[in-house]
Amino acid sequence: MYNKGLVITGIVIFVVFFTSPFLIGLVKSGPPPEPELSPKAKLAKQCVEAKEYMVESHMQMLNDWRNEAIREGKRIYVATDGKEYTVSLQNTCMDCHSNKSKFCDQCHNYAEVNPYCWECHIEPKEKL
Amino acid sequence: MERSRRSFLKILGISTLGLGTLSAVDLLAKAEMGKAEYSPNPKGMTGKRWALVVDVKKLDEETTQKAIEACHLIHNVPDYGDEEEIKWIWTDKYEHVFPGQEHAYLAEEIEEKPFLLLCNHCSNPPCVRVCPTQATWQRGDGIVMMDQHRCIGCRYCMAACPFGARSFNWKDPRTTYFKDKEPPNPKYPTRTKGVVEKCNLCAERLAVGEMPACVEAVKDSKAIVFGDLEDPHSEARELLHERFAIRRRPELGTSPNVYYIV
Ligand code: SF4
Ligand code: SF4
Ligand code: SF4
Repeated sequence: MYNKGLVITGIVIFVVFFTSPFLIGLVKSGPPPEPELSPKAKLAKQCVEAKEYMVESHMQMLNDWRNEAIREGKRIYVATDGKEYTVSLQNTCMDCHSNKSKFCDQCHNYAEVNPYCWECHIEPKEKL
Repeated sequence: MERSRRSFLKILGISTLGLGTLSAVDLLAKAEMGKAEYSPNPKGMTGKRWALVVDVKKLDEETTQKAIEACHLIHNVPDYGDEEEIKWIWTDKYEHVFPGQEHAYLAEEIEEKPFLLLCNHCSNPPCVRVCPTQATWQRGDGIVMMDQHRCIGCRYCMAACPFGARSFNWKDPRTTYFKDKEPPNPKYPTRTKGVVEKCNLCAERLAVGEMPACVEAVKDSKAIVFGDLEDPHSEARELLHERFAIRRRPELGTSPNVYYIV
């Protein structure tokens, strides 16, 4: 290969340059946060569905909730285990997860997502 | 190592299949989780054509205010007190409410009276027809609903509504009116800047079997009666059968469902 040194250095610089956002992210972000459960949530042991499902799909579920409640008028959620819940972010989810700053915000901030739920839905007052 | 094109393609095929099944299994597992169901509250009120009948004689200024206050408190409606006002339920004078029906010899009582106004939940709602996102639509029970999640604030509906029943959020109520005070009802959301809002006929209350807040607030005087016009035995229907009632601007063909006994 001609100019072996140059080419390889070039490739290395290229790779570092293009992966730099990820590398910087790795260094800067630190370990993922551990969202904290409120006493009430802890006591309940399980959310409306299994934890893994909630972690992965709560946004999808909330989207379904809003459509079912507002557009279909179906305001009761019958969970996979048969339990019934009122379909309401503000009154059901936040009743248990009353510590938004230590629960929701932890991951949302870490992942730099900014859900605009709270521009309208009223979050519970937290005792600081 | 020499590999024939044939064996290469085989390997490729098998790995695609494998990957495909993996993600299919994954998807199925997720679908399994999402098997939960949704149902309406059995306590909820059901009807085919909800309507309000307002008995104007029974509404003095005080009861009128009571009805307005009840609605605006329960729905966290800000009171800006300027031209950017938000109103779900409000009052106006006879000549503005029933234009073309006024004459020089109108009873003074009627002429000066504040008429209680709200969205008419029209049977043929022009606001719904013009909404490009279906953020406003008509439910099976006649309620003309708003889905603030979907509203893009184009205000077509405001131009289309001949009754001024809709208000636009020029500013964010949470950073203005409710900046230093709590929204009065922590169980109901506020709105945000750039969406349109109006009376929802208390859909959230009907869903749990409660009467609309304005009806409830004046129930002692029975000045506002709520009921299903498709049900011949409903209170509203019976009242309309007994008393002469008028609607706002029927000539426009929107077919309002708020009736006034004058
Ligand atoms: S009164 Fe206006 S906003 Fe209400 S349904 Fe009729 S046209 Fe739509
Ligand atoms: S302002 Fe909102 S509700 Fe009105 S027409 Fe536009 S999208 Fe529809
Ligand atoms: S029906 Fe409900 S939302 Fe509509 S004006 Fe009365 S209290 Fe307000």
